[in-house]
Amino acid sequence: MITLSETEDRTVLGFWVYLMTDCILFATLFATYGILYKNTYGGPSGKELFDLRLVMAETFCLLISSFTCGLACLSAEKYNKVKTLLWFGVTFLLGAAFLTLELSEFAHLVREGNSWERSAFLSAFFTLVGTHGLHISFGLLWMLILCIPIFWQGINSTCFKRLTCLKLFWHFLDVVWIFIFTFVYFMGVL
Amino acid sequence: MLFGKLTADAFKHDAIEMGANLFMLISLLGVLAFLIYFKKTKWLWKEYLTSLDPKRIGVMYIVVAFLMLFKGLVDGLMIRAQQILSVGNSQGYLEPAHFQQVFSAHGTTMIFFVGMGVVFGLFNLIVPLQIGARDVAFPFLNSIGFWLFAAAALLVNASLAIGNFSAAGWLAYPPLSGLEYSPDVGVDYWIWSLQIAGVGSLISGINFIITICKMRCPGMTFMKMPLFTWCALGSLILIIFAFPILTATLGMLSLDRLLGMHFFTTSFGGNAMMYINLIWAWGHPEVYILIFPAFGIFSEVVSTFSQKRLFGYTSMVWAIAAITFLSFIVWVHHFFTMGAGANVNAFFGIMTMLIAVPTGVKVFNWLFTQYRGKIRFTTPMLWFFGFVITFTIGGMAGMLLAIPPIDFQVHNSLFLIAHFHSMILTGVLFGFFAGFTYWFPKFTGFKLNEKLGRCACWCWTIGFLVAFMPLYTLGLMGATRRLNHYDADTGWQPFFIIAGFGVALITTGFIFQVLQILVSIIKRKENLDTTGDPWDGRTLEWATSSPPPVYNFARTPIVHDTEPFWDKKEKGDFPQMPYEEIHVPKDTPLGLLIGAFSFLFGFGIIWHIFWLAGLGFLGIIVCMIIRLEDKHPEYSLSPTDVMNIENKLQGTKS
Repeated sequence: MITLSETEDRTVLGFWVYLMTDCILFATLFATYGILYKNTYGGPSGKELFDLRLVMAETFCLLISSFTCGLACLSAEKYNKVKTLLWFGVTFLLGAAFLTLELSEFAHLVREGNSWERSAFLSAFFTLVGTHGLHISFGLLWMLILCIPIFWQGINSTCFKRLTCLKLFWHFLDVVWIFIFTFVYFMGVL
Repeated sequence: MLFGKLTADAFKHDAIEMGANLFMLISLLGVLAFLIYFKKTKWLWKEYLTSLDPKRIGVMYIVVAFLMLFKGLVDGLMIRAQQILSVGNSQGYLEPAHFQQVFSAHGTTMIFFVGMGVVFGLFNLIVPLQIGARDVAFPFLNSIGFWLFAAAALLVNASLAIGNFSAAGWLAYPPLSGLEYSPDVGVDYWIWSLQIAGVGSLISGINFIITICKMRCPGMTFMKMPLFTWCALGSLILIIFAFPILTATLGMLSLDRLLGMHFFTTSFGGNAMMYINLIWAWGHPEVYILIFPAFGIFSEVVSTFSQKRLFGYTSMVWAIAAITFLSFIVWVHHFFTMGAGANVNAFFGIMTMLIAVPTGVKVFNWLFTQYRGKIRFTTPMLWFFGFVITFTIGGMAGMLLAIPPIDFQVHNSLFLIAHFHSMILTGVLFGFFAGFTYWFPKFTGFKLNEKLGRCACWCWTIGFLVAFMPLYTLGLMGATRRLNHYDADTGWQPFFIIAGFGVALITTGFIFQVLQILVSIIKRKENLDTTGDPWDGRTLEWATSSPPPVYNFARTPIVHDTEPFWDKKEKGDFPQMPYEEIHVPKDTPLGLLIGAFSFLFGFGIIWHIFWLAGLGFLGIIVCMIIRLEDKHPEYSLSPTDVMNIENKLQGTKS
């Protein structure tokens, strides 16, 4: 285990509180989705639109990336630069794969004429899932920003605080995705 | 399209708006000329604009809030003048479209930029000192929070010069605020200024919550925290729970407007009531976010000037906790008329009435604190008396409004307007004025002029009663809010004229306050505070010199009591331990830059100048990366440096 100093401990707690505020942001979007998902205005419902195989693939990308992100942080604790970068590389690729799959799903929907302008249900769907996707993109950008100094300067004590926050962020997005998978896709198809 | 929706038409204005713009321009040039003439630009840049010291950031918050208070007050005057004049055949002096912008701007300015400004200003100034900390948990985030707030305030003012502001009321209810009925940029100005200010509030909220939880000095357990800090904590918990809802809700409204989504539109299955629910799920806690710090200030003021320990400390803390919890389950009382059904309305009505219990506990505790105290009738105490009378009247009106059948009768009438001005104006503003007078010497080294302060307080209190008591009557007579014209045979005009006199009296009070500050600065030698403890205070902020050094406390205080400084003074317990090394954050202009870039980002999105928005966004990211790469964000003061600073402070005292 890494022991964090007093200021680092403060940062991690602050980041936790930030994650909880993000949680409320998602809760608001979930609530809105819950209110609007029946308002298809004559358009297609989730049952007609969602492809569970694709969503399953997305889910596995994200879950495995959470695992590799954990491995990367464990390697960092052992000051193993190569392994750290390698596992973060895998995490990044899996995150990027998730994002590609999600965007292809969105593109497919838009091509079929089922964009966010079609109905309130689709507005809520695109916003909820899109906000999660946006968070993933930020996570990827953040990973890059953190990994470049590790590549040049190696792992030092300032890294741990940042890596801990990134790890928390990434796992948090995983949890949000599980809720999206359950409430939006799975219950949408049922 | 290089300039998006921005065309030459955006710069065309009527005479009133041109006057306002000219005034802003002249004031800006005047301030610049003043700074250059007295060679103060470098001082301003070094000591304030780039500072990470919460005391400096707090001062900047309060300066911005005062400027916005002036703007909000002028808006209020304009509304009153229009309603006095616009009767029968006369249409008044404001076009309906302009009148709508004025009342929307009045509410937005007062809540977001005056209320939130003074709240965070006081948190910055007082909380670290009261808990015996040297700094906040995240000094740089604190700076970003302030600059986002300042950028948002600038965005609201920019709407006066370029384009127009929202005409959809201060909470921009859809479908009126949707693209269909508000196609121009007004609502976008509203959305993005609030979005930027809201993110700033959230960031600062996280910062202060961690500061309070993690940085209290040794011995200060939660139940030994001063009441102002407790109230701040309650307010901060509400901020971190409520502001994400605002962010999400504004986000959805802007997606409706930008991308043609259908969250709150009238067709395609949108649900406008969803917006009203969400915005009040933020909006009701927001009321308590604003009022808690005022409660805290009055607790400090009443106890200090009664020279007694605060009555019922524990019940005060539990009252805060109860209000924090209850404030999240009353939001529907803002729209009982939605038609949620009798049972739902009854639940929310009863919860609303329940809030009166902890609030009543507080009021009685303040009164009992004075019982057998040696009361000193200083200006802060006078503000307290003004507050407690008007606030109680407003609270009684609130109890009436909490009863759904009565609310149906007076919903959106001037009765409601009178009620919430009783709460927010006399609660938040009077509280802030009391705190401003009380803590002013701590940060400047001299007290404010008492005589002018008293004049201001009397003008505000009587002005408030004259301006808002007629509104209760008008509301019961059927006058609704936001009227830009009414018939002569309604018989409302005399009441509006009386209310107008009240607002004139309030304005006189404001002028007295400006005079008070000017006179106090000029005659500061007469009111110098050389001890750091001008009021015989009870909490830790009075234990250091006025103004405090950058590190607040040379020696970390150790606390044994809820009133640590009083306790120390009684026991003569001032241990002279050796000085230690102190780390202080370095100045950085990055917070200011992030604020500037978010202004560009907001402006770009409002006018659909997407390259500008992209540039602003990129700028923010680059600033963050530069900050991340800064390996030495702090400098340290050795024990000798600290000793030199302390000796110098001692020298100026004697």
